[in-house]
Amino acid sequence: MIDWNMHLPALQVIIPMLSAAFVLLLRPRGLAWAGATAASAFTFAIAIMLTIGVLDGQSYVYQMGNWPAPYGIELGVDSFSALVLLIVSGASTLALLAGRKSLDTDIAEERQPLFYAAWLLALAGLVGIPVAADAFNIFVFMEISSLASYVLIAGGRDRRALPAVFKYLVMGTIGATFYLIGIGLIYLMTGTLNLADMELRIHEVADQKPILVAAGFITIGLALKAAVFPLHVWLPNAYTYSPNIVTVFLAACATKVSLYLLIRFDFFVFQPNLINHDIQFAYFLMPLAVLAILVASGVALFEKNLKRLFAYSSVAQIGYILLGASLVSVAGLTASVVHMFNHGLAKGTVFLAIACLATRYTNLRMDNIAGAAKHMPWTMAAFVVAGLSLVGVPGTAGFISKWYLLSAALEEGTVGWILVAAIIVSSLMAMAYVWRVIETAYFGVQANGNEPVVTNTQAVIDSPREAPIALLSVTWVGALANIYYGLAPSLPVTLATNAAETLMKVAP
Amino acid sequence: MELLGLYHYWVFAVLLMIGFYAVISKSNLIKKLIGLSIFQAAVFLLYITMGKVAGGTAPIIQAGVENAVFSNPLPQVLILTAIVVGISTMALGLGIVVRIKEEYGSIEERDIQEIDRR
Repeated sequence: MIDWNMHLPALQVIIPMLSAAFVLLLRPRGLAWAGATAASAFTFAIAIMLTIGVLDGQSYVYQMGNWPAPYGIELGVDSFSALVLLIVSGASTLALLAGRKSLDTDIAEERQPLFYAAWLLALAGLVGIPVAADAFNIFVFMEISSLASYVLIAGGRDRRALPAVFKYLVMGTIGATFYLIGIGLIYLMTGTLNLADMELRIHEVADQKPILVAAGFITIGLALKAAVFPLHVWLPNAYTYSPNIVTVFLAACATKVSLYLLIRFDFFVFQPNLINHDIQFAYFLMPLAVLAILVASGVALFEKNLKRLFAYSSVAQIGYILLGASLVSVAGLTASVVHMFNHGLAKGTVFLAIACLATRYTNLRMDNIAGAAKHMPWTMAAFVVAGLSLVGVPGTAGFISKWYLLSAALEEGTVGWILVAAIIVSSLMAMAYVWRVIETAYFGVQANGNEPVVTNTQAVIDSPREAPIALLSVTWVGALANIYYGLAPSLPVTLATNAAETLMKVAP
Repeated sequence: MELLGLYHYWVFAVLLMIGFYAVISKSNLIKKLIGLSIFQAAVFLLYITMGKVAGGTAPIIQAGVENAVFSNPLPQVLILTAIVVGISTMALGLGIVVRIKEEYGSIEERDIQEIDRR
């Protein structure tokens, strides 16, 4: 009898990866979607089982083919990776459940099996990174997920996605190659690629300069992948022109996985070994985080395209996550990890609501959706909930992470007050840009008569109405989750606290 | 002399920067991809040179050869994987350039930006 529980870390990656090949064969209409959704749901179920195990205090270490580490390849799941796994597989599953109709309009039927196979490969890569415990494996998973997500972004009908994806491909490859240089330098000095082994062996290295250079390369490379300001230029166009459901998936989790890796690598491998590295980490990333929060929120204030507005808001939110980490304290890391979860929820729901709007409006410019709430009251209500969560209004998930972030910043003394000011200013800006959308949708009047421009022929016949029921109900699942985790945040908070304590090497 | 003794690092650094320069400065998308390819190849060389042991041979145990010095084969294995990743990236990149040419009729970044602005 096989003990399935033990094999969960491996199954987590293998299931989406192998299903990708099967989905390719599912030619008849709709089957590819069903297969991909089933595989994604199964992946989500495994992530939930792993999370339950981790919450029970179980630690998952899996040695591929029973070869002991550091010679063999190791997989491992702890609180931090369990949380990231939940975000990734949850986002993928909800996006797929919601997205059948929306993707049918974006992707030609004969290309759908290919598209869904790419989706599952992206999922496999993204869940592979948190599961892997080997720096080179992580590189391979990173490239699997990136290559597949380039395909997803370019898969739609909007030709402007092509230059956007080309830019993403160039910058993403530079980022991944920087990461490769970094682990190459570490391998040169220590002869190991296993993260845990690396941490032990860097102690023995006499000359630490190459390790410091490696830390630089890895930080910059992953910052590129995570769209840390000012390395975010690939993100707005890639999110704006990709198919709406792809934006939901990628905005909810893709950059978070890179941030996970950035935080894990730095706190786990470098900070215990390099002298003063925590200060270098903080001094380097804190200004970038504050700039990201302020500048990107400012840009979002004046953006006219709905999707690009929230893409810039994502850059700002990445700033929050990074700001928490750059405080280098248990409280700061907890805030940062909780915000990964909550921002995934809020931004995923916002983009789901936008996908709902996009089923009835071709053009997602601000003036074009004026009065949308009259035709799509449920969509806009879900949007309001998610928007409030994004701002951080009490009672929504966003408030929890803002609260943790503020209290972590206050622990820092004088610098903390500046950070608190930055957080409050940017929250006000977030309020302003979310309000602009709400105002247009609820109180705006179309410039050319009252009827909005409609998308497909079907919608031309009956005037704009609510989005398809599957899409709308999943959007509401997201909106309700935002409220639920605002009132009962124990799951993300427990996992984040455990993760922060492990990373800071504080006994729980 | 010490600087010259580390010449393989110089090769790595110079190639890396040549590739990086091409990616940043060229407007032609194909030239950008060529730059990206050089950039990646530089890193492959970094890995491959680090596995070389002076006087080392291929790590194959042969009858009658005692105390042979072996080069480390692992970096080569790693870089085999990285080359595969590089090829896939290049193939996808070229595929996207073909699609851009079909849609925009140009592979110059400036032209494409010009067309999108209209």
